[in-house]
Amino acid sequence: MNWLRRCGLTFKMNLLILSGVTLVISAILSLSYNITRHLMVERIEENAFSMAQATAYRINALLKAAEKIPAGMALTITKLQPDDKALKSILADRLAQNPELFGIAAAFAPESDKPPLSFYSRYFIRSYDRIKESPINYDYRTHDWYQIPKILDQAIWSEPYYGLSGRTIMTSYSYPFYREKQGHTKFGGIVCVDLSLNWLRNVVSSLKIGETGYAFLITRNGTFVTHPDLSLVMNETIFSVAESRGNPRIREIGRRMIAGEKGFTAFTGMLSAKKYWLAYTPLPANGWSLGVLFPQDELMANIRSLTRIMLGLGIAGFFLIMLVIRLISKNITKPLRALAQSADQIASGNLEATIPIPETRDEVGHLALSFTEMQQSLKDYIKNLTETTAAKERIESELNIASEIQMGILPKISPSPFPNHSEFDLHATIRPAREVGGDLYDFFMLDEQHLCFTVGDVSGKGVPAALFMAITQTMIKAQIKTHSGGVSADTLTQVNNDLNRDNPSMMFVTIFLGILNISTGELEYCSGGHNPPYRLTPAPEARVQELASTDGIALGVMEGFTFSSKRLTLAPGETLFVFTDGVTEAMNRDGELFTESRLEKLLTPLTEQPVTEITDQIMREIDNFSTGIPQTDDITMLVLRYNGKREKGGY
Amino acid sequence: MSRKTAIFILSFSLFSSLWLPALLGAAANPPLKQVTFIPQWVPQAQFAGYYVAEETGIYQKYGLKVEIINGGPQRSSAEYLKHQKADFASLWLVTGLNLWQQGTAVVNLAQIVQRSALMLIAKKKSGILRPKDIEGRKVGLWGSPFEIQPQMFFKQYDLKVEVLRQSYSVNLFLRDGVAVTSAMWYNEYHTIINAGINPDELTTFFYADHKLNFPEDGIYVRKETWQQQPELCRAFVKASLEGWQRAFAEPELALDITMRNLKKEHIISNRVHQKWMLERMQDIILPAHTQHQLGHLKRKDFQRATEALRSKGLIEKIPDFNIFYKPLAGE
Repeated sequence: MNWLRRCGLTFKMNLLILSGVTLVISAILSLSYNITRHLMVERIEENAFSMAQATAYRINALLKAAEKIPAGMALTITKLQPDDKALKSILADRLAQNPELFGIAAAFAPESDKPPLSFYSRYFIRSYDRIKESPINYDYRTHDWYQIPKILDQAIWSEPYYGLSGRTIMTSYSYPFYREKQGHTKFGGIVCVDLSLNWLRNVVSSLKIGETGYAFLITRNGTFVTHPDLSLVMNETIFSVAESRGNPRIREIGRRMIAGEKGFTAFTGMLSAKKYWLAYTPLPANGWSLGVLFPQDELMANIRSLTRIMLGLGIAGFFLIMLVIRLISKNITKPLRALAQSADQIASGNLEATIPIPETRDEVGHLALSFTEMQQSLKDYIKNLTETTAAKERIESELNIASEIQMGILPKISPSPFPNHSEFDLHATIRPAREVGGDLYDFFMLDEQHLCFTVGDVSGKGVPAALFMAITQTMIKAQIKTHSGGVSADTLTQVNNDLNRDNPSMMFVTIFLGILNISTGELEYCSGGHNPPYRLTPAPEARVQELASTDGIALGVMEGFTFSSKRLTLAPGETLFVFTDGVTEAMNRDGELFTESRLEKLLTPLTEQPVTEITDQIMREIDNFSTGIPQTDDITMLVLRYNGKREKGGY
Repeated sequence: MSRKTAIFILSFSLFSSLWLPALLGAAANPPLKQVTFIPQWVPQAQFAGYYVAEETGIYQKYGLKVEIINGGPQRSSAEYLKHQKADFASLWLVTGLNLWQQGTAVVNLAQIVQRSALMLIAKKKSGILRPKDIEGRKVGLWGSPFEIQPQMFFKQYDLKVEVLRQSYSVNLFLRDGVAVTSAMWYNEYHTIINAGINPDELTTFFYADHKLNFPEDGIYVRKETWQQQPELCRAFVKASLEGWQRAFAEPELALDITMRNLKKEHIISNRVHQKWMLERMQDIILPAHTQHQLGHLKRKDFQRATEALRSKGLIEKIPDFNIFYKPLAGE
């Protein structure tokens, strides 16, 4: 169903709703067809039965009427024992009185079955509206009309047969009569009436059952007495038709019919595969059976046309609903589509895109309003952001300027800061943690003989630290110039006092201050709480050792503190490595510090390297150590190598 | 040209045009011999072979013009043969033998029906399942020659029954007027089935299954005819046998011909019934599982029939088999 997700709303609505509608319409159609059909079949059954029964009743009544005549005559013969003349007149009279009869006979049983046989019978028939005698000149004892009622000892209607003309189908009703002889009753003979079945054919064929329905009559043997197809009549039985059609169902129904059952069943025609309903009912008089065939297609034509109309309505409904869905979805999707387009424009950055507000106050309208509000919020936000960004940019640019100024305060180390002094090599480097940092270094010649240098670390970072640094640097510079020959301790004492005097933000700075006599290598130094620098002695000693502490405290912490200095003399080739705690407190991923011991170890092989190489090498090591960790503190290193007194331009 | 001459020429040309082709035709083909044949009963598939031979020109091929006289209850083929009203007749073997007894020497030219189709039928619901169940019941029988086998059957099973002479319909049996009825397998049996009684509802006794197989339909001719015109007799038999072969080979054709002849005589019947009859005729004319030659009378069958008739006291004079039976192959 992935493809469905990709389809539009209108298509989805159409698909789902119309599927549902189709389902419902189909269900209603099939249900209504079945119910109607059921009702129809019920009605047909009623109809068929009443028609079959009415017809059967009519035929039966005629047969019953005919039955009365031989019954009465048998009684007459038994009681009156008429002589030949009387018998003849009785028979002729009765025939004349009953125009429905074709013939009437009285056949007497021979006195004895042993020859010579004495047959006695009288038979009158109707011929062209005249009554005439027709002698029976054969041994009637083995004829069905005589033999069957005699043996069964009951009156019986015969199977149909062709009359003398060979065209008229007849049936006979034979009634046995008895004679009293020597005190007991003996079979006396048969009174028989012949009935043409032409009237019966008329009755049956007069049944009008639609255009193609019909009725038929079969005897107790299943022989067709009437059927629209005359070739069946007399020649075929319902069973021979079943056999020739290879249809055992016809045989089954035939058996029920001749058994005197009533029934209603679906049936295929005798001669074709046309479908019918068959209602059948027996004629009680002679056990024949009347079948009435109702053509299914004709009777179902009404249902079919009804179903067709309903189908038409269903299809119309289908399209109507389709139209309605179209309208609804248009109302929903059109503003949605417009909204989606506006959203696209907004997404691509056009915040000024107009959002269409539908007139409706439904969910879509609500959504559009929310969208408008969102657009406004977005606009405001972006305006805000723009302003903030501008402010940030301004500050950043100011910070950059500050950084430049700060870096400008520091003495230049490149090109070589003291090209005229080969007595020493000096290199310093600073890497602030932010744009502006709190570390400082400085160096300058106090006079021809003395090099002053400082490395400091202001508490905190950023602009305040930078400003404090600048103040400190300026103060040191100003102060140390007043002490000719440079007394480092006094300078720091004085600067400390000055800083304390006006330090509302309680900032402080550690500082190392050294003054090198470039002629002698004598170094006076004073530390204000700063990390002790290292003295690197080249091979053969190849030694790295901390300078002895001067027990000073950070400047700006306590007013009136008196700093003291110490002295030492650098041998030519010895190097001083001054740094801030940004070096030793650099951190790696695991939270470990760089540490003094690591620094000492690293410095040891570097005692004879050029000064720039030392700073670079240490800086690389720090970078390696804290790969991936942002720098948290300013890193400052100053390396000073004493080369000894040399001739000017000795290099 | 005088008026007389013109009349002469005109009459001569008329004469020529009328008679000349006839004379020429007669010269090309010898004239057909007119013979008559009567089957025992009305036109039906029981005699399909003869009707097929007649209608498809087989008789003509053998130089015969055969007129088939319709048999039936009013016309006995035995009487027709006896009184020279027919040259050839279809008769049961026992009827043929009976004619000898009556002093009419007839010759069997071909024994068509080998297996007896005569049978007794009872409804199972009447409780008759075995021969002994017939004891004391009403049994419908036809007259001669149809009562010989039943009588021997009753004797064989030591049955006392109430015999009723039955009609040619099966209605008495259908209405339960008799418990047992006589029937021909190819005819009445099927009539009963097509009156709505299922085969499994019936008990049947074929005489042939009870050592009473009397060959039935055969072709007979008077002895003098045989002696005078043996070729004619052979031609008739050959053509008739060919007719039967054709009827079995082309049953639809045989049925068409049968139905046509049947309708001509206003016989009440239908095609499925005639189809059944034709199929059963094949069963009894050419019984399965036997090495049988069409039209052959077996000496054993002949002896069984004569023996039965003599034991019943029906005949005394028994013709010699070789005098009674003149088969085609024997010549």
